[in-house]
Amino acid sequence: MARANKSAPAPSESPNATETKSMAKKKPESSDDSALRLSLLREMLLMRRFEERTAEAYALGKIGGFCHLYIGQEAVGAGAISVLRPDDYVITSYRDHGQALARGITPRSVMAELFGRIDGCSKGKGGSMHLFDRNTNFLGGHGIVAGHIPIATGVGFAIKYRGGDQVCLCFFGEAAVNNGAFHEALNMAALWQLPVVYLVENNRYGMGTALERASSVNDIAERACSYDMPNEVVDGQDVIAVREAVTRAVARARGENTPTLIEVRTYRFMGHSMSDAVSGTYRSKEELDEYMKRDPIAVLRAQMEQRGEWSDDKMAAIDDEVRAIVEDAWNFADESPEPPLEALTEDVYVDTTSDTDTGVAAAGER
Amino acid sequence: MAIITYRDALNQALREEMQRDDRVFIMGEEVAVYQGAYKVSKGLLQEFGEMRVVDTPITELGFAGVGVGAAMVGLRPIIEFMTWNFALLALDQVVNAAAKMLSMSGGQFNIPIVFRGPNGAALQLSAQHSQSWESWLAHIPGLKVVAPGTPYDAKGLLKSAIRDDNPVMFLEGEMLYNIKGEVPEGEYTIPLGKAQVKREGDHVTIISYGKMINVANQAADILAKDGIRAEVIDLLTLRPIDTETIIASVKKTNRAVVVEEGWEICGMGAQIVDYVQRDCFDDLDAPVLRVHQVDVPMPYAKNLERAAKPDAQKTVAAVRQVLYLD
Ligand SMILES: Cc1ncc(C[n+]2csc(CCOP(=O)(O)OP(=O)(O)O)c2C)c(N)n1
Ligand SMILES: [Mg+2]
Repeated sequence: MARANKSAPAPSESPNATETKSMAKKKPESSDDSALRLSLLREMLLMRRFEERTAEAYALGKIGGFCHLYIGQEAVGAGAISVLRPDDYVITSYRDHGQALARGITPRSVMAELFGRIDGCSKGKGGSMHLFDRNTNFLGGHGIVAGHIPIATGVGFAIKYRGGDQVCLCFFGEAAVNNGAFHEALNMAALWQLPVVYLVENNRYGMGTALERASSVNDIAERACSYDMPNEVVDGQDVIAVREAVTRAVARARGENTPTLIEVRTYRFMGHSMSDAVSGTYRSKEELDEYMKRDPIAVLRAQMEQRGEWSDDKMAAIDDEVRAIVEDAWNFADESPEPPLEALTEDVYVDTTSDTDTGVAAAGER
Repeated sequence: MAIITYRDALNQALREEMQRDDRVFIMGEEVAVYQGAYKVSKGLLQEFGEMRVVDTPITELGFAGVGVGAAMVGLRPIIEFMTWNFALLALDQVVNAAAKMLSMSGGQFNIPIVFRGPNGAALQLSAQHSQSWESWLAHIPGLKVVAPGTPYDAKGLLKSAIRDDNPVMFLEGEMLYNIKGEVPEGEYTIPLGKAQVKREGDHVTIISYGKMINVANQAADILAKDGIRAEVIDLLTLRPIDTETIIASVKKTNRAVVVEEGWEICGMGAQIVDYVQRDCFDDLDAPVLRVHQVDVPMPYAKNLERAAKPDAQKTVAAVRQVLYLD
């Protein structure tokens, strides 16, 4: 089996480095590339502004329960999802706001979900950790660490079963690779050659536990060797590098039904969830500050500046635009009603006595 | 007596038992460096070191098995599940190994282990994080199941659980950790398998356990304002269950309501009602009613979650119904 070049875009260990190999690579530039950079920038800014307001809404008690922010990791979701076709599938963990937005779930319906309102993408029943959207093939935010990795394998199985050429992109944290579900899922995907891209967001911590304190292997991509699966490591603060790595993996999945494990090295700028201090217990303020120098938005900005694509005015206009979108989402969510009490007992079973047998229809259609 | 939180009461029990017996160790996610996801193990790493206070990867099945293996050959593990929702991943080790090792080995290998952590819903944690597993666990011969609802009971029962030579499932509650109550300074234990009459009354018996005992007490307060004297029984241990205390009370009051946090079908309450109908058939003046979570996965929206959970109002309504007041 063809192995991906493991030394491909290796991120510098130094969080300070702003140069990456993919950037240095000389290849002809087209206007498409600059449009792409601009749209990725806008995507990341939308995620950032959206979650800044999410944190405020949480403090105001408009959002409850567990809420995990993606701030610092935006390049991963934005870059990876930008590669997909609309009919591909995305599945992820509870840290799902950024990926949901990147996949095109409207900011309105994501915010309404966080507010627990009827217009939310899961009708207010799922909340922050359980964003779902059938229209965009967004198969969920899942709350049990590693629990959704075998589900991704199952989606890959269904794609192959139906003879389709879609792929399933599965996001999870680096702490999930220590769970048996990860290993079982990757083994089956490699054994049966399923079109799945397993993307580990290595943000260095699983809650308060540093990677080295939980894993006997520190290079997570190496875990793929146990399953003879192509793998690569990529700098997760560089959205273009993420995009390129995922492009290679998606091509392998679509063309050859070959799964890939991509380790994306990133960092979370906020606490694990809203109750966790940003730094102090398990990571130092200094470490955080170092990593924050490589804000994914700033990294892309530097790339754009280098190419003369950056103008403060243009950027201010984009920022205003995304802030307005987020403001609109907030107002929409705030005005959306709570679910009616009758909704409590709905959606526990589908009504198989009616004509709309969703299970069968879905298998044919999708 | 000192007034301390449920969390601190558990912490004292862990500390005292680790001081008393060096075979006792604690293992789980975030128990050491982070001082516990809910700070129950706070300070233990500093006092006992990393061989006895062990952070694990997120690998519930794995470390539950590590606990069983260590117990099989003479240690006395305390395995913390960050919550019992995640213990589902470990149930094979709990049910297929810990619970039946003694029986399978013809009495040669007992498993002195405690599996503990918060059980049941907190606030707006949605479907995967808001579940009560006591009836699943209590179903299994070979396991003991304990569910304290106050700081005093939490400490005394945890000490007994750690000293017990069998696998004990210890069910705490995220919403209980901050509850305060009186806890004596000195050493004490509370025996497993004994219920307590938390409040005496002669009109109706309210039977509950764990977090719901506080709901039962609230309901009894509300009922008292209308002159209704409810007797409140706290089961404390769900397996082995103390049927004597239940039956003696129902024979006195002739009416009963069971309050539990989990779902109705095959819930703990169904078992309790069975004991009552068997032994108090002629004493009952009304069908025994149950208060429980609505039969749906827990929704996130605040209003739906509130509607789904058992509470004091629903308990009062059930009591009034068995008294034929409404
Ligand atoms: C099976 C299971 N065990 C424990 C938890 C509690 N928990 C939630 S997130 C988390 C850390 C996960 O870290 P990682 O996989 O690296 O993802 P990150 O949060 O860093 O995105 C833990 C322990 C859980 N949700 N599921
Ligand atoms: Mg992580």
